[in-house]
Formats: sequence, C-alpha cells, structure tokens
Amino acid sequence: MSEALVQVENLSRYYHKHRAISHLNFTLNAGEVLGFLGPNGAGKSTTMQVITGNLAPSEGQISIAGYDILEAPREAKRRLGYLPEHPPVYADAGVDEYLGYCARLHRIRRHQVGAAVAKVKQQCGLTDVGDRLIGNLSKGYQQRVGIAQALIHDPPVVILDEPTVGLDPIQIREIRELIRSLGSERSVILSTHILSEVQATCDRVQIIRDGELIYNATIDMLERSRDTSILIALHRPPALQVLHRLEAVDNVEALDKFRFRIILKPQASPEALVEASVQQDWGLYQLIPEQQSLEDLFIELTVGDDAPLA
Amino acid sequence: MIWVIARREIGAMFLSPLAWIILAVIQTILGYMFLTNVDTFFVLQPQMMHLENTPGVTDIVITPLMQLAAIILLMIMPLITMRSIAEEKRNRTLSLLVSAPLSMTEIVLGKYLGLLLFVFILVSMLMLMPLSLYLGTSLDTGKLISIYLGMLLLLAAFAAIGLYLSSLTSNQTIAAVSSFGALLMLWVIDWIGSSNSEGQSLMAYLSIMQHHHSMLEGIFDSADIAYYLILICGFLGLTIRQLDRERLL
Repeated sequence: MSEALVQVENLSRYYHKHRAISHLNFTLNAGEVLGFLGPNGAGKSTTMQVITGNLAPSEGQISIAGYDILEAPREAKRRLGYLPEHPPVYADAGVDEYLGYCARLHRIRRHQVGAAVAKVKQQCGLTDVGDRLIGNLSKGYQQRVGIAQALIHDPPVVILDEPTVGLDPIQIREIRELIRSLGSERSVILSTHILSEVQATCDRVQIIRDGELIYNATIDMLERSRDTSILIALHRPPALQVLHRLEAVDNVEALDKFRFRIILKPQASPEALVEASVQQDWGLYQLIPEQQSLEDLFIELTVGDDAPLA
Repeated sequence: MIWVIARREIGAMFLSPLAWIILAVIQTILGYMFLTNVDTFFVLQPQMMHLENTPGVTDIVITPLMQLAAIILLMIMPLITMRSIAEEKRNRTLSLLVSAPLSMTEIVLGKYLGLLLFVFILVSMLMLMPLSLYLGTSLDTGKLISIYLGMLLLLAAFAAIGLYLSSLTSNQTIAAVSSFGALLMLWVIDWIGSSNSEGQSLMAYLSIMQHHHSMLEGIFDSADIAYYLILICGFLGLTIRQLDRERLL
C-alpha cells in the first residue's frame, strides 16, 4: 500500500493562453522531502499555488491525503501548511498575536492556541521575539514567522516556496536544518533554484522547465548515476597519456604540472588510481572527489535546447 | 471562523491611526453642527409656540444632523473600506486566508462583519449627541430608533459596496475613489427622478438616499429594509464571486 500524501495527476494551468505548467504528474510519499528545482519562471510557484488551492487548475487533479483540493477543499487544506513566496505576514501584528490568529483560522480550539503557538515558536527559533511587531523584524525572522505559520496546525504536508530567499548564510543553514527536521515526521515540498539547497535537504529532486517535468530522481540515485570527477595531485606525475590509458579513466585534464582532474568511467572506483600510483611510484598526495554533479545536471537540463533526459 | 476574521479586521483598523482620526473628525464636525442646530431650535422655539402641529426638537435638531452625517459618511466610508481586501492583495497576505480551511464566503463575511463593527461604533457615537438632549427635554424615542436603524442600514450598504470595489483592485486609492464614485452615483441618481415625472419612480427607487430619507422621517417601511438587504447581499455575493474568479485567472 502506497502512502502517497500528495498526488498530482495530469495537472495543467494556463494564464489566458500562456501555458504555465503542463501535464505534471507526481506523488509525494509520507516522510519525504521533495525538492522542486527549476530556473526562474519555470512554473514552480504556479504548481505550488495550484496544489494549495490558491489557483484553480485548468486541467488535472490534485489530492491531499486522499481529499481532492477542489471537491473537498476544507479537508484538504486542513492537512496542508503553505509558505508562499512572500511570507503572508501582517506587518502591524505582533508575532504571538499573528500566530494565534493563524491558529484560530486553522480551527485550533481556543484553549489549545497558546500551546500550539509556543510549540511552533520553539521549533522555528522565535521564542525571543514573541512580543515584537512583525514589521520590525528582519527578513530572516519574517521568513521564520512565515514557516511557523505553515506549521501551526501540525499538517502532514508542508509546502515551502523558496524558503531561504533573502536570508544570510547562517540563517539559511538554520532554515535548512529546520526543514530537515520537519522531514522526519512530515512530507515537505520545497521549491528553490539553489542547487546546494536541494542536495542539503531533499530526499528526492524534480526538475521542471517551461512547465514540464523533465527529471525526477532520488538524491542517492542522482549522485550515483552521474560521472564522478576527482582531483588528484602527484609528486612525480607520468605523461598525460599514461593516465589516459588507465582502465577506470574516461578523461584527464591537466590543471598544472602536478594536479589533474580525472573523470572516471561510470561505476568505476578511484581505487584503481591509487593502486596504479603505488605500483608506478607517482607519489600521490591528494585525492579530492568533486561534487558538483547536480549543478551540471541542472544546467545540462535547463539550458540545453531540448531535454536530453526523460 | 467569521468572528475570528472580523476581530482581526476591527483590531487592524484601530491599530492604524486612520480609524481614530476618522472618528475624531466626524465627531468634531457633527458636534459643531449639532450645537448650531440646537441654537437654531432656541431661535425658532418662541415663534412656534403659537402654531399647531409644530415640528419637535427631534425634527429640527436631529434629522438635519443625520442628513448631514449621511453626506459626510458617503465621503468617509470609502476610506474605511478601501483597505479591507485591496491591502491584503497588495501585501500578498490574502493567501493566508485562502490556504486556511475556510470558504470564500466565510472570508468575505468575516471582512464584512469587521466593517459592520466599525459602523456600529461610529453610529453609536453619533447617537450619543441626540441622546444627550434627554438631559433637558423629551424626545420622540420611536423616531430616534428609526433614525439609528436607518443610519446603520445606510452605512452597512456603503460598506458592502466599498468591500466589493476593494476586492477588484490591489490599489487602495483606486478602491477608495471608485467606491466614492459608486456611492455618489447612487445618491444623485434620483436627481433625474425629481426633475421629470417619467421614470421618476424607478430612479427614485434606486436612489439610496430616498430610502434613507424616509427612515430619518421616522417611517420604518419594510420596502426600505428590503432595498438595503438586497443591496448588501448583492454586493457581498459579487465580492465572493470576484475572489473565486481570481483563482481561475
């Protein structure tokens, strides 16, 4: 039995004649963090707005935990927490007041509001700013208030639209940790155009371009399937052709006299390189695996004229 | 749920100085007019002693005061209603309400109830002036109640129209100007009615002021009540429809 919490079938959305997203199909399983990746204007935000019922789909179906967003919007929305691109916070309200209001909007009983607010404040690191006006908080704190608002009713599905935009590096790291911790008990959909964010937080990645889903894989699969490149440094390097002839090596590029970038063949292990170095006394003193595979993939998929991967 | 939104609305109104200033300005101007009217009554009173069927203090002081209040509020109400939905659109906070498990009807009714609370406060404060006359004289209580209800209904209708026009735009100024235009139109529409006899009854019937006038005179006609209720329900329905439609655009 599959535990698909969010099921999107054949979803299309048009703005007048302009097609924003077309025939999207995907599911989100319980306890999964799904990264939604794409260049600006690819349709990420539209997809999220449609899933959360802020926009009506032109075609297709969305169900949240088995409830159709159009036919049973109330039940579906009850199970959703949504942080839009711009956090929907009232600048003239205090943090506690605002979160209390959100809790009431989500039909949390009056006597449980205080506990719910205290819990999300603790989760999102807002305990010290409870009585401050949201308008006076920094962008990072406003973003956290936005996330707290999405969590207040303890929803099984959380949808975050670019949650780390405009934050400083420390705040970004904190928010990522928060998202990771959410993933242990909830399902999260996260949209972003920052690649390292997906690698740092997600279990699965989907790449969208021009409204179409062009790539869908788990992060593990992604990392294993890509060509791996490594940097090595040798005290007594052989001729370039010698390195080239090694069985595991696909391509070699000399960076300077002692350092080389080596692209390994798929499924090959760098072990062979180390053995060769020992046998032929090259003096290997550095070996660094390069991890930029997702970025390569992203650029390959989104900049290319036609989609190479299905 | 409706009540939760309404409380937030009225709270937000009084967080900004606008609501306070509006209340203060209206109270000052009408207080001045009230005193002038009381003065007029003292001048007229000795002359009317010998006449039969003379108008009472309610007719001379309070009815003209409330007529003036209606005109001033026609200009002021758009300033109150302009922010209710337009501001949420501008600040993109509307999605908080839309993503919550609420129907559009609940959202719109919540907003409207918030406006009604403000209207209630406003009219109740205005009514304190006539009530102060009880200290020195006796008033026509039935007429006073009719005037109070008339003012409430009139402003409730203004609020419904303003709310609808606020839902059409994300710009508060546009919302205010267009609601002012709409209210003014509903006011002057009976001018044509009174100048020629053909079609007079229709235009007069459409005019919001005609209905208000009879309530100020103390005539509590169910047709007037129906007119206001239809107007209010109609514009609330349009607002709900408008917000629902925006999800499709």
